[in-house]
Amino acid sequence: MRQALLANGEGYGGGRIGVLPLNPAVASKPVRARKIMPSLSRILVAISSLLLIGLFVFPLWHVRLTAPQYPEGLGMNIRINTVEGATETDLDNINGLNHYIGMKRIDPNTIPELKFMPWIVGALIMSGLAVAAVARRRILYVWMAGFLIIGVVGLIDFWRWEYDYGHNLDAATAIIKIPGMSYQPPLIGTKQLLNFQAVSLPAAGGILAGIAFVLGLVAVILTVRRSKASNRSAA
Amino acid sequence: MKRVPFIPKLTIIIAAAATAVVILYACSGPATNTNNVLAGNAASKVYVAPGQYDEYYAFLSGGYNGQVMAYGLPSGRLLKLIGVFSQNPETGWGYNEETKAMLQTTYGFIPWDDTHHAELSQTKGVPDGRWLFINGNNTPRVARIDLRNFETTEILQIPNAAGGHASPFTTPDTKYIISATRFSVPIPNADVAIPTFKENFKGTLSFIIADQPGKMDIAFQIMMPGFNYDLGHAGKGVSDGWFFFTMYNTEQAYEKLELNASQKDKDFIAAVNYRQAEQCVAQGKAKATPSDYFHNVMDESTRMARSERKTSVKMLNPQDCPGLVYFLPTPKSPHGVDIDPTGEYIVAGGKLATVIPVHSFSKMQKAIADKQFESDVQGIPVLKYASTIAGEVQKPGLGPLHTEFDGKGNAYTSMFISSEVVKWKLGTWEVLDRMPVYYSVGHIMIPGGDSQKPWGKYLLSMNKITKDRYLPTGPELAQSAQLIDISGDKMKMLLDFPTLGEPHYAQAIPAELVRNNSMKYYKLSENKNPNITGSEAAGGIRREGKRVHVNMIAIRSHFAPDNLEGVQLGDTVYFHVTNIEQDWDIVHGFGVMGATTSGMVIPPGETRTLKWVPTMVGVFPFYCTDFCSALHQEMQGYVRVSPAGSSVAMSANVSARSATQLARMNQVPHASSTPR
Repeated sequence: MRQALLANGEGYGGGRIGVLPLNPAVASKPVRARKIMPSLSRILVAISSLLLIGLFVFPLWHVRLTAPQYPEGLGMNIRINTVEGATETDLDNINGLNHYIGMKRIDPNTIPELKFMPWIVGALIMSGLAVAAVARRRILYVWMAGFLIIGVVGLIDFWRWEYDYGHNLDAATAIIKIPGMSYQPPLIGTKQLLNFQAVSLPAAGGILAGIAFVLGLVAVILTVRRSKASNRSAA
Repeated sequence: MKRVPFIPKLTIIIAAAATAVVILYACSGPATNTNNVLAGNAASKVYVAPGQYDEYYAFLSGGYNGQVMAYGLPSGRLLKLIGVFSQNPETGWGYNEETKAMLQTTYGFIPWDDTHHAELSQTKGVPDGRWLFINGNNTPRVARIDLRNFETTEILQIPNAAGGHASPFTTPDTKYIISATRFSVPIPNADVAIPTFKENFKGTLSFIIADQPGKMDIAFQIMMPGFNYDLGHAGKGVSDGWFFFTMYNTEQAYEKLELNASQKDKDFIAAVNYRQAEQCVAQGKAKATPSDYFHNVMDESTRMARSERKTSVKMLNPQDCPGLVYFLPTPKSPHGVDIDPTGEYIVAGGKLATVIPVHSFSKMQKAIADKQFESDVQGIPVLKYASTIAGEVQKPGLGPLHTEFDGKGNAYTSMFISSEVVKWKLGTWEVLDRMPVYYSVGHIMIPGGDSQKPWGKYLLSMNKITKDRYLPTGPELAQSAQLIDISGDKMKMLLDFPTLGEPHYAQAIPAELVRNNSMKYYKLSENKNPNITGSEAAGGIRREGKRVHVNMIAIRSHFAPDNLEGVQLGDTVYFHVTNIEQDWDIVHGFGVMGATTSGMVIPPGETRTLKWVPTMVGVFPFYCTDFCSALHQEMQGYVRVSPAGSSVAMSANVSARSATQLARMNQVPHASSTPR
């Protein structure tokens, strides 16, 4: 089975698609081949960048709150540029409920990251397309490192905001005070917060970003392999 | 001889033992008893598991409670009581300032009526779930209920009429609903001697524009002889464009009607060609007749009712419009007139008749063409009975009243006196089945059963006498409704359930045709009530002479403002409370101690106004009357009432941010200065 798949993979890399021949053996100059990315990697990086455009359309993350008296649930979508209710009233209703525990209002205008996140993602897309065009492997590695950093920092930042909302409660206006209780929703997964069950999961945008990252990773792996193969043939 | 007594004794002992065994077995073992098996089957057919929905919405008129009840079928669960013609202190309908105008009439404010016939709007002859119409029988009126929010949005008074009983049946396109006079009266009403009935008393048939929400009006009225017009139904399919009305008391009795109006062998069904009426009206044959009536509308954007007094109707006289009305002789004071789904058969329920007569529309048309007239009554041709009759259902039972159809070629007729529902076949007129009902059925209802496409699965029997059907509640009992399965050849009794008031007619519709359009809250951004308080900061108190306006919000779990001072004895206080929640079923209520009106329920996004005239000095609490949240009991406030001329300043406790807004509000005249 594995053999068959590999055979197929080699068949696919037969040079029928892409600007450059995909099979290293067909490359004209092994030295040059060491520095450039295989065609498949370029295609993957281009697809990866284009997928990221989806972040401007779809929310990154979705937090869903359900309770016995909220069978229909309340939802919150985290987008790269804003935080909004799943319906036009959900965010207000979540804020309304949060006043009982002294949580501050969730107001996208108070979250500066949302102002520059679209620019960062835009830059990632443009640079990704540039990587696919230039096809230099070192630039690809830098791009992927950038992608990784943006992703990790983004998630940490998201968690930090969740922590902030969940822990920094206004004791003066909080109506319900339970010693030791905090109301931080999980980054991924489910947590019971008083009568509400909070479910936090990547939404379409987050899933697209994940796929984009995996494609980038595959591009890097292919490039590294090709580079090693070229090194061997050069030697 | 000596042994003779012994044999019965032995028999009794054996019989008793056998009975005991049977009873023991039936009680202890699985349900082997046939009745239990049947009952279990029926129970499963009406069982709607917790969290599940009913298949149909049923709308039952409330009779003398003046309202409409929405039930779920097949469970028989009450979903809502909708305030229509009667004040409803439960919600504040007709009590709060926004809805009072709905109950305005030329007689003044009327807090009550008697609702009889629920009628769903139709598209192409099929109930469409947009609106429900309902009549007020006592002071003739018709109302429109919007099925997006189950609220009465419009009430039209019917002028030149008394007893709006044959109402508000619809045409297949809902272009018109009708209302006919049960009681003939002098038109225009006048001080005349009652024995001058024959010369002075008249009836009218009103055609009401119904397909334009907020714009109900009398399209035209037809002046009719002074009989009692009882019920009506529109033609459909082949008889589209016609309307049929039953009438009794063609004897024109004005006293002891019980006897005097039951003299003649036959009364009439009036067949009215309303397309012909439209033409005559277009040709200017209707006379503009001074008339006095009210039209009350709940404005969709302000959500406040407003009244308009109207002064004229177009009155059509059958003599001026040939071909407008024909009379079909029909046995014994006919009550219901029901048209089968094809529109061909016109079924009459002759209260005292021994048969159910069925007229044929096609025969009627031929009879008109052939001028098969036996006489005329005040210029209206009377067709020969034999020329229009299609058949008679023989020995149907006693006291036929109303007929509904299952869309499978069968008709079902309620029998008041013999207390049963009788199933019979259209065309062959043979009786197929009988189901006793408890007791004395009035109307029956099959979902869509008076339309072109009945959903012929259930039949609801609305009975007039309850007696021992439920646990007794003293001399006054609930009415009794019974649900019957009509999906098979034989009717099966499924369920008894009590109903409020006295339901007359009802209508039902598959739930999804209503449920999917049901509103969850009113959008605050679309609330154009001039007294809206859109946010906490906008609340406050202000004086306009002797009127004090309080602008207040309600949100879980507080009112803002919640402390009010500066009210003086002699003032009239208007609490304009806006529920600023935008969440489903987060309703707040409002009540003030000592207010001589009802409290009010304020759905999310809505502004409602309670008028309060303090009668003594003191501090008066107000509170939320609808358990809204965990801190509902904290949702309260105080209003201080000082003596007239007191120097206590007007104040409403609001936040610092609100205070600046309040100052601004006091400088700029508030939009709500409309006097009430």
